[in-house]
Amino acid sequence: MTTPSAALAPAERAVQLLGGDLSEVALRRHLEGLPAVDAVGLEARAASLGTRSIKTSSKQAALDLTIRMIDLTTLQGNDTRGKVHSLVAKALVPDASDPSTPRPAAVCVYGDMVGNAVEALGSAWSNGRDDGINVAAVATAFPSGRASLPVKLQDTRDAVAAGADEIDMVIDRGAFLEGNYGKVFDEIVATKEACRRTDGTFAHLKVILETGELVTYDNVRRASWLSILAGGDFIKTSTGKVQPAATLPVTLLMLQVVRDWERLTGERIGVKPAGGIATAKDAMKYLVTVAETCGEAWLDPHLFRFGASSLLNDVLLQRQKLTTGRYSGPDYVTID
Amino acid sequence: MAFLDYAPAPESTSILNLRDEYRLWIGGEWVAGGGASFASVSPSTEQPIATFATADEGDVDAAVRAARTAFRTVWGPMSGRDRGKFLFRIARILQERARELAVAESLDNGKPIKETRDADVPLVAQWFFHCAGWADKLDYVGLGAAPQPHGVAAQVIPWNFPLLMLAWKVAPALAAGNTVVLKPAETTPLTAMLFAEVCEQAGLPAGVVNLITGAGETGAALVRHPDVDKVAFTGSTAVGREIAKALAGTPKRLTLELGGKGANIVFDDAPLDQAIEGIVNGIFFNQGQVCCAGSRLLVQENVHDAVLERLKERMATLRLGDPLDKNTDIGAINSSEQLARITRLVDQGEAEGGERWAPDCELPAKGYWFPPTVVSGVEASSTIAREEIFGPVLSVLTFRTPDEAIAKANNTPYGLSAGIWSDKGSRVLAVADKLRAGVVWANTFNKFDPASPFGGYKESGYGREGGVQGMQAYLKAGK
Repeated sequence: MTTPSAALAPAERAVQLLGGDLSEVALRRHLEGLPAVDAVGLEARAASLGTRSIKTSSKQAALDLTIRMIDLTTLQGNDTRGKVHSLVAKALVPDASDPSTPRPAAVCVYGDMVGNAVEALGSAWSNGRDDGINVAAVATAFPSGRASLPVKLQDTRDAVAAGADEIDMVIDRGAFLEGNYGKVFDEIVATKEACRRTDGTFAHLKVILETGELVTYDNVRRASWLSILAGGDFIKTSTGKVQPAATLPVTLLMLQVVRDWERLTGERIGVKPAGGIATAKDAMKYLVTVAETCGEAWLDPHLFRFGASSLLNDVLLQRQKLTTGRYSGPDYVTID
Repeated sequence: MAFLDYAPAPESTSILNLRDEYRLWIGGEWVAGGGASFASVSPSTEQPIATFATADEGDVDAAVRAARTAFRTVWGPMSGRDRGKFLFRIARILQERARELAVAESLDNGKPIKETRDADVPLVAQWFFHCAGWADKLDYVGLGAAPQPHGVAAQVIPWNFPLLMLAWKVAPALAAGNTVVLKPAETTPLTAMLFAEVCEQAGLPAGVVNLITGAGETGAALVRHPDVDKVAFTGSTAVGREIAKALAGTPKRLTLELGGKGANIVFDDAPLDQAIEGIVNGIFFNQGQVCCAGSRLLVQENVHDAVLERLKERMATLRLGDPLDKNTDIGAINSSEQLARITRLVDQGEAEGGERWAPDCELPAKGYWFPPTVVSGVEASSTIAREEIFGPVLSVLTFRTPDEAIAKANNTPYGLSAGIWSDKGSRVLAVADKLRAGVVWANTFNKFDPASPFGGYKESGYGREGGVQGMQAYLKAGK
């Protein structure tokens, strides 16, 4: 499964919105002119969306949808071929006791593990088709992003060459907090270009904001908008290596940004909360937030993903409960 | 099935243990009323819930006498610390029975269970906890040492927040050492009767709280009773005016919390998404049947279109229906009379040139329903910009400068609430300073706290409920 990414000139969105002589000043003015975010109000709205009660048939649908939106992830220094194979096996057969269980959207690994993941997926690897499992790779000196641009770009190219369908890049948070928006912008544009495959198509680009380091909601809104202008296909909350990672208010805010972008341009950008979403109950709060903010069109793995590892098993337990009427336990789902 | 057609998630009514018939609760006894009994119906289904007694003049007299006796013999002489213990006990029982009370309130009033569960009932308990804390600290309410209670308080409350308004009235009165006779509205007497059970459970001495039911005549007899020392009324300005006339020349103390036509002012630098939420909360909370509702949206002209577009989009996600469903945002209108009033005023607003819009939502066949509605292009002179509608109807007006916003916001006989939406702190403070409204919310709306005084300017009434000021209303300076 691949999201169609049109082969645009990388910064075309920015040029269209801000004019031909794209300058850092114009970019700064644009970002700083975005409407403010009131933290209390944003958090209150997120909390109120979190009180929706999703039961019976709605819950069933939400659980399956959640699985289809998961980027099943392992991003550890001690990842091995065996670990990646095990993760892929879990993605291929999430629940052996129920063959109707859908598969996650992608497996997400470090760049050097992409080849292993592709190999382990075999014919289930999407490789450009819309019915398989994608391989997503983190790149650009993930998670800190503290490396020179050539190193970041080579990191990206390597992953794409190895078969990555999706690249999860990190922005330079230091540059962003210094107010050096142009540097952040240029790096995203360059990374997008590095996602270009030999046949001219692009690997799908997710831009990680690391909202836990940007801290304020105003920063999150500006970084989201900047990432979209620079060509990101998805905006993603976190690496999972910094606390807090994804939160419902931050995700709500990013969903408001992509909704506003669609209102302005007609184009749909994806959102991926990552890190800290461990239960089916939490996941359903996110789905409610997506649907009530952007509409049901966004309830699609092309436009919304969960970056998660332990979430899948909790969803499977809930799913089994709905099917059998009984709660089982952690030994009734497999570890990956 | 589309995702947003959430499967029904009804809160069960099995937790309720209602009687078929409720009598008056006077002097700790359930006694029959002299008047004809009446039924309270569930506004969402028109099904009767139970029958209630009507207190006639004799019953009112009995209730006031019971309150006087309790004041003289038990509650008046009791130490503040001991009164506080009773109030803390009541507060805890209210929390223990929170779900039951939330279900009962939703059933009787028609408001969504989401609101009774997350707003009404938690606030009710909070109010009792807050006032319980005051009971032994009355020396610090600002009336000098050893302030004294008035004696018997007659309290008449409306149907929009039945149990919460009871708490606003009963908790400070008891904490200050008064005894009370309270009459709930005739369309929503149920939770007051459950509160009688709570008082019984708490072992509250007989006669300290007396609850009598009935319509306007019962209330009129109560506030006019010669042995009443203090009257507190929340309701319409018309009735408030009658009460003020009736009490003129008597030594009775009076506080009135009446109508409102709150302005919600949105400046062009407002946090837009949050302002939309605030507008929605301001006018659609409790179907807009809120005296402090932000029923007049004043939006700066240069962001009018953007605000209206987003507001309509947001309104389309509001879920109207079974109040007991946990996902319902908009419940039923409390009565057919209220529904008729809303309908009439909105029709008039449209006839006067307002542009009416409501999202496409199906109204249930049974019950009293009105869709969330926005009327734009309203002028300051329009009827719906001036009269309190008390329903889910927002009138939209525009302004160009802060001065114009202030002038338009203040241009009403009412003065209960206002909201300001701006990212600029200095502007918020400057505008708030000039608004003649008892409560001004900045970048939020409909926030209540027992420590914060609430009340009106002008025809919205006088006196304050909540905070130090709320306690003062039930006390006089000591000797």
